[in-house]
Amino acid sequence: MKRLVTHTDGQPVAVAARVVSWLLVALLTAALFSFAFSQLQYGWNWDAIWQYRQKFLQGWLMTVIISAAALVVSLVIGLLTALARRSSFLPLRYLAVLYVETIRGTPLLVQILILFYVVANAIGIENRYVVGVITLSLFAGAYLAEMIRSGIESIRDSQLESARAIGLTRSQTYRYVIFPQVVRQLIPPLTGQFASIIKDSSLLSIIAVSEFTLNAQEVNAFTYSTLESYLPLAVGYLLLTLPVSLMSRALERKFHYAT
Amino acid sequence: MRLEFCGLGKQFGEQQALRDVTLTIPEFQSLAIIGPSGGGKTTLLRIIAGLEIQEKGYLCINGQRLEVDEEALLAHRRTIGTVFQAYNLFPHLTALENVVLPLVKVHGFSEREARDTAGALFARFQLAGHAHRRPAELSGGQQQRVAIVRAIAIKPRFLLFDEPTSALDPEMTAEVLDFIAELRGEGRDLIIVTHNMGFAREVSDHCLFIAAGEVQEAGQSSDLFRKPHNPLLVNFLAKVLRY
Ligand SMILES: Nc1ncnc2c1ncn2[C@@H]1O[C@H](COP(=O)(O)OP(=O)(O)O)[C@@H](O)[C@H]1O
Ligand SMILES: [Mg+2]
Repeated sequence: MKRLVTHTDGQPVAVAARVVSWLLVALLTAALFSFAFSQLQYGWNWDAIWQYRQKFLQGWLMTVIISAAALVVSLVIGLLTALARRSSFLPLRYLAVLYVETIRGTPLLVQILILFYVVANAIGIENRYVVGVITLSLFAGAYLAEMIRSGIESIRDSQLESARAIGLTRSQTYRYVIFPQVVRQLIPPLTGQFASIIKDSSLLSIIAVSEFTLNAQEVNAFTYSTLESYLPLAVGYLLLTLPVSLMSRALERKFHYAT
Repeated sequence: MRLEFCGLGKQFGEQQALRDVTLTIPEFQSLAIIGPSGGGKTTLLRIIAGLEIQEKGYLCINGQRLEVDEEALLAHRRTIGTVFQAYNLFPHLTALENVVLPLVKVHGFSEREARDTAGALFARFQLAGHAHRRPAELSGGQQQRVAIVRAIAIKPRFLLFDEPTSALDPEMTAEVLDFIAELRGEGRDLIIVTHNMGFAREVSDHCLFIAAGEVQEAGQSSDLFRKPHNPLLVNFLAKVLRY
């Protein structure tokens, strides 16, 4: 038991200690869940679910596609907003502030409803998948904009002075001095943001986008097998978010350097 | 080189950093600027560097008036080498890349020419072993020497130093001052703001004493340090030379 206690952060932990610890955690979790399910007196019906495996897979793939598209679009929005936020043209700067604060101050669900039923209707976008990606991107873009902005602002003034002194133009300064450093800083929060987008995309089920969650809900409606429908849902999301968060940690280590 | 200030004035909010500086400095190779903190030394140096724009007056360098539109200033900055107190280097680039960046992006060198040029300078100034380290892995003195190498790599018209050793311990101070003295020995023109009176006296042929936003005294270093006239300068020298 004593060997399982680690005192110093950052020091490598013995492999055996790690394996034993993880086994303990797995055992405990399994025990907890078996107990919970045994109390339920639930009649499992996996056969019905298996027939709908195609629907799960399609929903899962749709979630991957929507999330990836939203990540790319939100990066563009976030970058433009961060630059607008630093613009010397005040109306542009205030527009960026208004956008960021509005998005961050309202629930995603509300944004989805308003964008779908009000804005998209008004400007005539029919495709709910497009609306879904746009909404998710606008949502994540506001958070990304703040991350990018604080990244830019964390660059010391002395570096901007050096950049001017060696004769870099403003755009060269962004390109060769600011962005390379911001990108490195941004990788960990960015991968976290990607995991958020994946999870948040489940809210698009409310406007009938056939993604993972909606498809699981439908399977549940067809089969009346609630747990069998929703457990694969949880596993499916974990399959996406776990690698993302592991990758985040690896990248963080890789790009770590002292300033 | 020659310098001429004509009614130079610069204000930061309420603070008058430079007031009506008018002065002609005859031919010099190395100019030291000394004076108490907050006196306006950095402001004057930054105006010469094209990093700050005066509100009033103008200056001439070698008889040529310095225009103050951004385009002219950018062109001006590209012809001189400026080294600040500290944090001159970009932390995400290695020492060598720090020197290569302006050569390639500003001065039109190919990547290879730039690396060769930088590599030769690193070798010449005993920095070869540090070329591939990031600034955080270098001592403060090494960082400043790399910054100086970056400044001279572009073959500048002259060099500007703003208290290049004020953030260093005595040993590293000596290493950086030796480097600057060596550059002066090679005949490079330079202007240095320094708190190190011994160095100013030894290395500069001309000296300005600036306090309260004005040039209180100017002259040949040999005279100025031996026979200071202005009571502020007498006082200042007495204070800094006491220990
Ligand atoms: N960017 C700035 N903003 C506000 N005040 C400044 C700025 N730069 C310099 N000053 C003020 O101008 C005066 C002269 O400063 P400076 O040129 O840095 O003096 P020195 O280098 O001799 O210590 C000081 O009172 C300082 O506080
Ligand atoms: Mg200063």
